[in-house]
Amino acid sequence: MTSGVPIGVPAGAMPPAPTRERPRSPVQRPGRVGEESARIDGVPKVRGEFEYSSDLWMDGMLHGATLRSPHPHANIRRMDTSEAEEMAGVHAVLTHEDVPGRKVYGMEIPDQPVLAWERVRYQGEPVAVVAADHPETARRALEKIRVEYEVLDPVTSAEEAMREDAPKLHLSGNVLRRVKVLHGQPAGATAEVVVAGEYEVGMQDQAFLGPESGLAVPDGRGGVDLHISTQWLHIDRDQVAESLGLAPDEVRLTLSGVGGAFGGREDLSMQIHSCMLALETGRPVRMVYNREESFYGHVHRHPCKMRFEHGATRDGKLVYVRAGLVFDGGAYASSSNAVCLNAATFACGPYDVPHAQIESHMLYTNNPPCGAMRGFGAVQACFAHESQMDRLAGALGMDPIDLRLKNAIEPGMRFPFGQEVPHPAPVREILKKVKDVPMPEEQELAGRDPRELPGGVSNVTRGEGVKRGVGYAVGFKNIGFSAGFDDYSTARVTLAVEGGEPLVRVHTAAAEVGQGLVTLQAQIARTELGVERVAVEPADTRVGSAGSTSASRQSYVTGAAVEGACAAIREHLFERVREELGGNGDLSLDGDEVLSEGRVIVSLVDLLGDEEIEETLEYHHKETHPLDENGQGDAHLQFAFAAHRAVVEVDTELGLVRVVEIATAQDVGKIMNPQALEGQIEGGIAQGLGLALMEEIQVKSGKVQNASFTDYLLPTILDMPSVRMEILELADPEAPYGLKGVGEPPTISSTPAIVAALRDATGQPLTRIPVRPEQMVGISSKPPEEPPHPGSAGYAEIGRLDERPEH
Amino acid sequence: MEFIQPLNLAEALEAKDAHPEAVPIRGGTDVMVGLNFARSRPAAVLDLSRVEELEEWGLEDGLLRVGAGVSYTRIIEEIGGRLPGLARASRTVGSPQIRNRGTVGGNLGTASPAGDGLPPLYASDAEVEVVSTRGSRRIPVADFISGPKRNALAPQELISAFYVAEAGGPQQYSKIGTRNAMVIAVCAFALALHPESGRVGTCVGSAGPTPLRAEEAERFMRGVLEEGGLWESRGAIPEAALRRFGELVAGAARPIDDVRGTAEYRRHSVGVLARRALGWAWDEYRGVRGAA
Repeated sequence: MTSGVPIGVPAGAMPPAPTRERPRSPVQRPGRVGEESARIDGVPKVRGEFEYSSDLWMDGMLHGATLRSPHPHANIRRMDTSEAEEMAGVHAVLTHEDVPGRKVYGMEIPDQPVLAWERVRYQGEPVAVVAADHPETARRALEKIRVEYEVLDPVTSAEEAMREDAPKLHLSGNVLRRVKVLHGQPAGATAEVVVAGEYEVGMQDQAFLGPESGLAVPDGRGGVDLHISTQWLHIDRDQVAESLGLAPDEVRLTLSGVGGAFGGREDLSMQIHSCMLALETGRPVRMVYNREESFYGHVHRHPCKMRFEHGATRDGKLVYVRAGLVFDGGAYASSSNAVCLNAATFACGPYDVPHAQIESHMLYTNNPPCGAMRGFGAVQACFAHESQMDRLAGALGMDPIDLRLKNAIEPGMRFPFGQEVPHPAPVREILKKVKDVPMPEEQELAGRDPRELPGGVSNVTRGEGVKRGVGYAVGFKNIGFSAGFDDYSTARVTLAVEGGEPLVRVHTAAAEVGQGLVTLQAQIARTELGVERVAVEPADTRVGSAGSTSASRQSYVTGAAVEGACAAIREHLFERVREELGGNGDLSLDGDEVLSEGRVIVSLVDLLGDEEIEETLEYHHKETHPLDENGQGDAHLQFAFAAHRAVVEVDTELGLVRVVEIATAQDVGKIMNPQALEGQIEGGIAQGLGLALMEEIQVKSGKVQNASFTDYLLPTILDMPSVRMEILELADPEAPYGLKGVGEPPTISSTPAIVAALRDATGQPLTRIPVRPEQMVGISSKPPEEPPHPGSAGYAEIGRLDERPEH
Repeated sequence: MEFIQPLNLAEALEAKDAHPEAVPIRGGTDVMVGLNFARSRPAAVLDLSRVEELEEWGLEDGLLRVGAGVSYTRIIEEIGGRLPGLARASRTVGSPQIRNRGTVGGNLGTASPAGDGLPPLYASDAEVEVVSTRGSRRIPVADFISGPKRNALAPQELISAFYVAEAGGPQQYSKIGTRNAMVIAVCAFALALHPESGRVGTCVGSAGPTPLRAEEAERFMRGVLEEGGLWESRGAIPEAALRRFGELVAGAARPIDDVRGTAEYRRHSVGVLARRALGWAWDEYRGVRGAA
């Protein structure tokens, strides 16, 4: 829709292509693996000096803005950009016609338009982008773009999407994925005690504080450099290049400061748009979403409705589980395929279940697209299976912990999806540990500081109506990408003398998103090479892929790659020592020196001289396999387990809550960095608490009702209690240092533990999360909806949509 | 957009006279959200943050006169002893940063039914002072707030202060929010006991188009206290009367369903808050230990 010459710039007056300096890589003096090691970006972040992607700036840059559909479902009749193009200060107005390459993108299934044409399928879908010399000019230009919509009825729930007469949102139909897991003989299974329940999970948001943002810089030769906050540079690079019609090496990505991710940065947001604008205008283009736009700019956690039936013997041994899970995937596929598979494989929980029949369904609707979020399908399943275990304990008159202990899965058994339970799988141990944590003392209600009562500073109770409740839950999840995906990471490590001292440089494309990988990589180099000084280079696409910072996998996979590259350098050094110095026996590295049998034989400075040793290693984790048609297969790499106990106080007259304490027991294999571990556990629990009590994107008729931090509530410091941790270090023999991924388990079972405690305090069934005050005082928040009937009717058989990876 | 920054009240009034369309801004906690999200695009903004006259408070003819630009933090710290209900409400406003910038003047200007600063003014019969180059007038707060997000301010006028009596008895403010700090009210309740006149002042917040006095509840409780001679005897209010009071307050609410809560829950919980708040205030009046 625009000519080749940018508006407002006379032909022939193109400014020279500007460049942006590579960010510095500060030298760290990290601790060894297992030691406390303060994160290098900690102080700059606290002081406001850290450069997040929203702070990126270049002289002469333009500002991008996005026109989004106000309708969840509509045909685009006509689009007229002429008025916007004529505005002073506007340099480009681009639509789908201007997408140079593939017009769609997507990690698993490329079904999402870069810019919509013909039809929009969710509220907030990008329709056009603008670059202007001022953000406000860009925003006003959006208002001048005329789009004529023919508004269509939206499909607003998964149940609706299943109906035969529902409009087909994609050529393939509305069923995005179904996964069936059949184990034992579930069809004829009967049991002495049967409990059934229906559960619902609302749409949680990752709610990262740093909005989607980045800076695209044209290189003057047709290529582009993109500075971006993301979780996986290389998959972004591949998708951006494909849509720009460029070769992958013409698109170079550098990780910018990431202000939180939690899965919400796995999909593209403004990456292609900013590059299109930069290439069109020949100028650097920055795009920064505002808070409201951010709610439309990334995928969310899938809302889910689940029906479960558990059968057990009278003495509490599980006989069977039958479950149907129906996920609302929203308008586009994102990573819904893998979420659907995950939920199916984890639906029974970490229990020995002789017979199981699980059906997990993922539907397209006109609701906001949903995808990856911390816990990835295990969160929804865990809420249901743990609620069921409590319900079953109630029906049996058994202690909920005893019931779980009795049915805990053990190494050597088989999960319902057929995979053998590897060692260690300490379900019993963590349950016992968390039960044995001393209970917090019951404080007098009278005379308390209001901040220690439900309602906090809002002054609603001085103890009236307050009841205490206790609840337990246990959960598990796969670590790393699953189901046959070749999951790997690449590390390039160099060792040289710089400034008179040895320095290790570690270069990977692994995204630091706040979890502390930048410190961990340095710790590993320090440990493996005995060198005091380590610099972790900025993550970019000049080195091979590190895979995604998700699925709790980076410590494992990139950790192993760094360890391996360091080991190769070490071998190289030892060979030299043996050749040049005739050293023999047990060589080791420590304190910047080479030791033989514990005695220093040469310093690294002397040994290296001017030489730089470089090793690059690609680490592939062991093979996994897709599930067969009965949902059987060695699908997962590693399993991580955590258990939680929540103690709450509820004002039972008002339905307001104070979470008094969370206790957790988690097996981490190896504590790599104590402070980083505690941060992951506390942060994960806070996110689980948010889902239990307040965090929900409310969607009505396909439209988001609360796209702000005023009405999408996150827990504050007054909502988040202190956490008591019992950490187990049961090494996984196949993992580097024996470690297990730690990022997700804290989020998974903290939610059902809190809800169990709320049930204990209120006596209400509380089958939907987040739990509203209304539910706790017995006021229904809305008329009961028709429950889901998975498998009963309306499923169009579409077969496997894709053979692409699961994670 | 024009940016006008007067240095004193006289300049501010002249500017407002010349630019009646200008949107006044002081703390900016509401106005900036509107601007940042392009919900309002005023032709001019009148920045009152340099006008020191708006930051003054003191006693005038036996009433407290509090400038529209006094922040919530200062209300808590400097006037909290004299206006405990308003101070309690101020503590529930936003975060410390918001309380440092936000003002009751802003709550009056925005006239949202969820403004935490408003119910205590209703419960104590406060008056709002508005000024223009033509002079000033005082309007009872319940008349000043004329509807949801509407007030009685004329285009040339600015809110300069509010007048309210120092507390003559215990005051309470309680609000419901779905987290324990930094939350917009799902509903709220303000109470002021007026032993000098035998009255019980009330106001329901965030459960109607404007803050609402629960007048029937006030009359009922005034009667209970008079009939039983309880002001003099400082005897306990019967439990049944407390309950009835809560029911009458709940009945005065005119709530709706929205993203923050259902109408039914708002009605229910504001009744609970009213019953509890009156219990606490009355205990304090009776001198029960730890009741304040």
